Amino acid sequence: MNVIVCVKAVPDPKEICKIRIDPATKTLLRCDVPLVINPLDKNALEAALLLKEGRGASVTVISMGPPPAETIVKECMALGADRGILLSDRAFGGADAFATAYTLAGAIVKAGEYDLILCGMASSDGATEWVGPQIATFLGIPAVTMVRKFESQEGAAWRVLADWQNGYRRVEVRLPALLTITRDLNRPRALSFSGILKSRKKTIEQWGREFLDLPSEALGAKGSPTIVSEMSTVRNRRDVKMLRGTIEEKADQLVGLLAESGVL
Amino acid sequence: MSSFGPVWVIAEQSECAAEIVSLQLVGKARQLAEQLGVNCESVLLGSNLGGAVRDLLASGADRVYLADDPRLELYQPALYSEIICMLAEKWKPEIILMGSTFMGRELAPLVAARLRTGLAAHCTGLRLDRDNRLEQLIPAYGGLMSIVCPEKRPQMATVARGVFATPARDAQRKGEIVAVPVPEMGEPTVRTLEIVREPVSDGQLEDARVIVSGGAGAGSAEGWEAVRELCRELGAGLACTRPAVDAGWAPLESMIGQSGKMVSPEVYIGVGVSGEQQHMVGVVGAKLMIAVNNDPKSPVFEQVDLGVAEDCREFLPVLASKIRAYRESRKACV
Ligand SMILES: Cc1cc2nc3c(=O)[nH]c(=O)nc-3n(C[C@H](O)[C@H](O)[C@H](O)COP(=O)(O)OP(=O)(O)OC[C@H]3O[C@@H](n4cnc5c(N)ncnc54)[C@H](O)[C@@H]3O)c2cc1C
Ligand SMILES: Nc1ncnc2c1ncn2[C@@H]1O[C@H](COP(=O)(O)O)[C@@H](O)[C@H]1O
Repeated sequence: MNVIVCVKAVPDPKEICKIRIDPATKTLLRCDVPLVINPLDKNALEAALLLKEGRGASVTVISMGPPPAETIVKECMALGADRGILLSDRAFGGADAFATAYTLAGAIVKAGEYDLILCGMASSDGATEWVGPQIATFLGIPAVTMVRKFESQEGAAWRVLADWQNGYRRVEVRLPALLTITRDLNRPRALSFSGILKSRKKTIEQWGREFLDLPSEALGAKGSPTIVSEMSTVRNRRDVKMLRGTIEEKADQLVGLLAESGVL
Repeated sequence: MSSFGPVWVIAEQSECAAEIVSLQLVGKARQLAEQLGVNCESVLLGSNLGGAVRDLLASGADRVYLADDPRLELYQPALYSEIICMLAEKWKPEIILMGSTFMGRELAPLVAARLRTGLAAHCTGLRLDRDNRLEQLIPAYGGLMSIVCPEKRPQMATVARGVFATPARDAQRKGEIVAVPVPEMGEPTVRTLEIVREPVSDGQLEDARVIVSGGAGAGSAEGWEAVRELCRELGAGLACTRPAVDAGWAPLESMIGQSGKMVSPEVYIGVGVSGEQQHMVGVVGAKLMIAVNNDPKSPVFEQVDLGVAEDCREFLPVLASKIRAYRESRKACV
């Protein structure tokens, strides 16, 4: 069984607040926030690694990103992935979800046979949730989003539970298929020292546009139907009244104001 | 005649009525359609849809494409996207809006990829620009980004419940209903077998009058307990920011913001919340906004009416006991 995991390098969510829109140029000030594995992609990778341990699946990680994203592919190898592919090329830059999915789908085809593709439910910086289902559409395979549990994994049709309003959806899906994974599915493992050592020998395949053999007008900013037309730094400003005094006094004032507003 | 196509809302039914977000989107679509000089239309798929059709017409739809069939009772990705793409190719809508419901979040990208067009996620504002293109506003990095889809059509966006107001109903409004046949498709590769409702523990946040939202500043599980305690004293809905979900203090369903719930309570109390846009856009139009934050310079204080610069771990227990005392004193009076 071949499992492909799509992993995105994202600015560390803990430091994301450092990235701001520059009010003068209306562009992003990135301030060297380090790249990490998108948190939900760790759950996707964990699911793949469990299939490797349970039934000898081979696990391929694919990431599209700038050259420094190589470190996160390395990390996936250290966690146990068999093969790592980094898609890095200027031509891929500025892609929206559509062009990202198109490029990833092209790479998946190039990577060989697959039975299952796993994505995170959402990325922490883009969070469109679109990339997974759009990859599936380009590949012509079924997708199930927001999978929280594998109920049965026997045969060609799996049963999974996916999040739904006030409950869940029980879905039957025939492989090959793409699933997007939520935090509830599993608990991702931590890096081990022996894993790091073993992964040292593994190399990461670097693929660019020419290798993928995709038309450049379908990639990156050119292949993106949507563009960011403007950035503004507006805030919903209100005139704040800061409460003064000791803790006790502030609490008294607040109780008074809450009572006045009729909610007590 | 306008050179634009109609504005569409892909609507949903829940419990014999249209989903509120579908109606809110019809309200918005109506405005956009009037500006463009085109029809406001809706597509509704499911089974036993009479109630929802009436709601859509009364809320402003000029026409409803209706596929009412037992095979559509549950959301079926293959069949639903096939029908919507088929209709879109035939009628060429200018704009397609969908609610950021569980269905919309899966269906919108499937449809957009098949129609080879762009899609903006979880928009918090929609308007037409000078060239009558749809500007889709998304909060990001302490500001707002506007996304446009300059060439491809339809322009597609998802929007959460509560971003737009629910339009007034006019039961007299008449509209056209166009019955849509269900296409014959082979055995699907993905099938929804059932949708199971789980008992909801807390009340619906969307309907809460008072909401206490805890953030990273709660600091620990014990700190979170103090937030919860305040909530109990106030009889408020308990909400949170992203880091509180990540820390495992609160469930994802209680997250407010761009990728969570949109709420409009009378009173919002943010505790240990920094005022990041992605969270704050989720509280639209609260009458009274209050923040408790130990950093007097926190940006959250620019966005609220009342500020308390205190460590929440010290302040919340005092506040909770004062509220209790106030309630007791009121009881004694009556
Ligand atoms: C695409 C995208 C979508 C997102 N969607 C959402 C969303 O829907 N909802 C959401 O919430 N977030 C969302 N986020 C995350 C968002 O950007 C912020 O990271 C998050 O809202 C910050 O949460 P916070 O205020 O709890 O934490 P922080 O920003 O870490 O702030 C914590 C605050 O607590 C204060 N504090 C610390 N200790 C104490 C104490 N003892 N007492 C009182 N105050 C204290 C600090 O001064 C600080 O202001 C999204 C991010 C991205 C990139
Ligand atoms: N650049 C990328 N490289 C690899 N996988 C990606 C990339 N962007 C998105 N994904 C995958 O798509 C999922 C959803 O991303 P998004 O649509 O941005 O919310 C992520 O969790 C990843 O699994």
